[in-house]
Amino acid sequence: MAQLLQHLINGLAAGTIYALVALGYTMVYGVLKLINFAHGDVMMVGVYMGYATAFALGREARGSLVGVAAIFAVAMLGCALLGFLFERFAYRPLREKPRLTALITAIGISFALSYGFQLDIGFLPGASPRAFPEIIEPTEWLIIGDRDVVVWNWQVISFLIAVGLMVGLQYLVFSTRFGQAMRAVSWDHRVAALMGIPTDRVIALTFMLSSGLAAGAGLLYAIKDTSVSPLMGLYVGLKAFVAAVIGGIGHVPGAVIGALVLGLVEEFVVGYAASSWRDAVAFGFLILVLLVKPGGLFGRVAAEKV
Amino acid sequence: MQTPALPLPESRPLVPPALRGVLPVLLAVPALVLFQWALSGSEFASYLLNVMGVNIILAVSLNIVNGMTGQFSIGHAGFMAVGAYIAGYASLQLKEVALSFLPVAASDQVLFTVALLLGGLAAAACGFLVGLPSLRLRGDYLAIVTLGFGEIIRVVVQNTDAFGRALGLSGIPQYASPSMVFFWVFLVVLAARRLAASSHGRSLWSIREDEVAAEAMGVDTTGYKVRAFVFSSFFAGIAGGLFAHFVPIINPGSFTFVRSMEIVVMVVLGGLGSTTGAVIAAIFLTLLPEGMRSLFGALGTEGSLAQRVDQIRMPIYGLLLVVLMLSRPQGLFGTREIWDVLPKWLSRKGGGRA
Repeated sequence: MAQLLQHLINGLAAGTIYALVALGYTMVYGVLKLINFAHGDVMMVGVYMGYATAFALGREARGSLVGVAAIFAVAMLGCALLGFLFERFAYRPLREKPRLTALITAIGISFALSYGFQLDIGFLPGASPRAFPEIIEPTEWLIIGDRDVVVWNWQVISFLIAVGLMVGLQYLVFSTRFGQAMRAVSWDHRVAALMGIPTDRVIALTFMLSSGLAAGAGLLYAIKDTSVSPLMGLYVGLKAFVAAVIGGIGHVPGAVIGALVLGLVEEFVVGYAASSWRDAVAFGFLILVLLVKPGGLFGRVAAEKV
Repeated sequence: MQTPALPLPESRPLVPPALRGVLPVLLAVPALVLFQWALSGSEFASYLLNVMGVNIILAVSLNIVNGMTGQFSIGHAGFMAVGAYIAGYASLQLKEVALSFLPVAASDQVLFTVALLLGGLAAAACGFLVGLPSLRLRGDYLAIVTLGFGEIIRVVVQNTDAFGRALGLSGIPQYASPSMVFFWVFLVVLAARRLAASSHGRSLWSIREDEVAAEAMGVDTTGYKVRAFVFSSFFAGIAGGLFAHFVPIINPGSFTFVRSMEIVVMVVLGGLGSTTGAVIAAIFLTLLPEGMRSLFGALGTEGSLAQRVDQIRMPIYGLLLVVLMLSRPQGLFGTREIWDVLPKWLSRKGGGRA
């Protein structure tokens, strides 16, 4: 029983981090119908930005509240800028082209980033994983029984941040003028432009928001995993993407629920079966969900227009 | 989805129509003889040619699904893995067997072919399984399912004792020769070209152009999509089988998502829908790292930079995709073949505008 509870908690903690990355996928897909394959790699770049900031601050400063805030701020703003650049120079010129071209571009950016960061030329970090500095000291926040169930402070922090962001996003999308513009662009960006909505600005802002979120999620992941490497984005990104699709891509609460479900499924496979099957089960679960509900759990299948 | 119009070649043919049917054979046979003669010495050159041939088979076969049918599949390495493992395993089991009525070399080649076909059929069966979800899924979703399927195959292989788990299979007899590989290249190119010109091929094209309209015109879209997957994965399995018989060892690491993407890059670079484009892109992208390696060697930076070529390859692939999509999204040839394009280029060079 205690074991089950522990797995539940670990699964939810893993799921919240997927959820934060998945939200970025879902926002961009919602607005642009683009699977931003490079999202996970933007996250990876954010983690390295945080890593560099942490070292620049030095051992004393990085543990303080101001230090942590600075690390998060640099990484999130840096990634927002990166997201803006990608949108402006890689995706915007392709907006009127077939959707496949933008997908291929995204895959290209993903490869250029993840493999480019493996080179050790100039400022690039090289292929070997590095230990992320301890910016939030891990403490056991809640212990039940004789260490039967342990909840860590970072698990609680991540969970609260993820839920907070989800609620915030939901509010942004459905209760603000910007959200209204986002939904209009998502519906039909040409008509939205005719109605006086600054489409380019809305899309660029969505990209920046999603990339900034990715950086924040990446830092939470690095705090949990303590190891950063250029390839981390490829796999965390893939999993988060799977989560977004399971929930129904383009659906904000769907992404979070999909991510939590995926985190739980993975944790149970690792806990009760074999960890080597984890990835296969994640993808198998995805295929199963899509076969039953082709649009994901909460998504709608758009009727095909002729 | 907006796609470029299907070209109907009307320009003066480079090759007279009467000759076209036999042209592949006319070209392939001397080429095979030439290969065998030229390679009798160099081990590296034959290795390189093997790699190139396998890449061509993969690119041309993926082009049938991605290019002709317009179903974006990004799990091709999974089918290759199935072929490689099944064929490799079969060869390991058959290693000691010899067909006594044949000379040893011939017997080996017969057994090799049997193993290859087993691998190809196993991959085709997997292709059938992947094709089925395309009944319900479209576009991006189907791409993700193929990606997931490729990864699942990799994990399954990694957890199977008979396939050596993470260590992979070693000691597979090195039966593959450039002439054998190029025989299969010839076969896949011919099959793809004949398919493109057939009524089956036209049905595939129609699905690519507009699935709903094709359905309305009475094309059995799901049936053709599944068939395209089966056909394409059969050849991917063959490519995997060939691969297993010239590399010293195969392991799950050779068949990751990254490998699938390399094949996608070849197809996209050549032009989605162009068989000759896929061939040329596969050749180019196989030779590119080698060319860079020897270039760095000639520049005298042998040690550090030459070793980095393999690392540089992947970022270059990525940038290549981005630049290509921004500048020439239809790839080098679009949906056309080299003989549709070449006469125009030649005449433009010779006498001004064509």
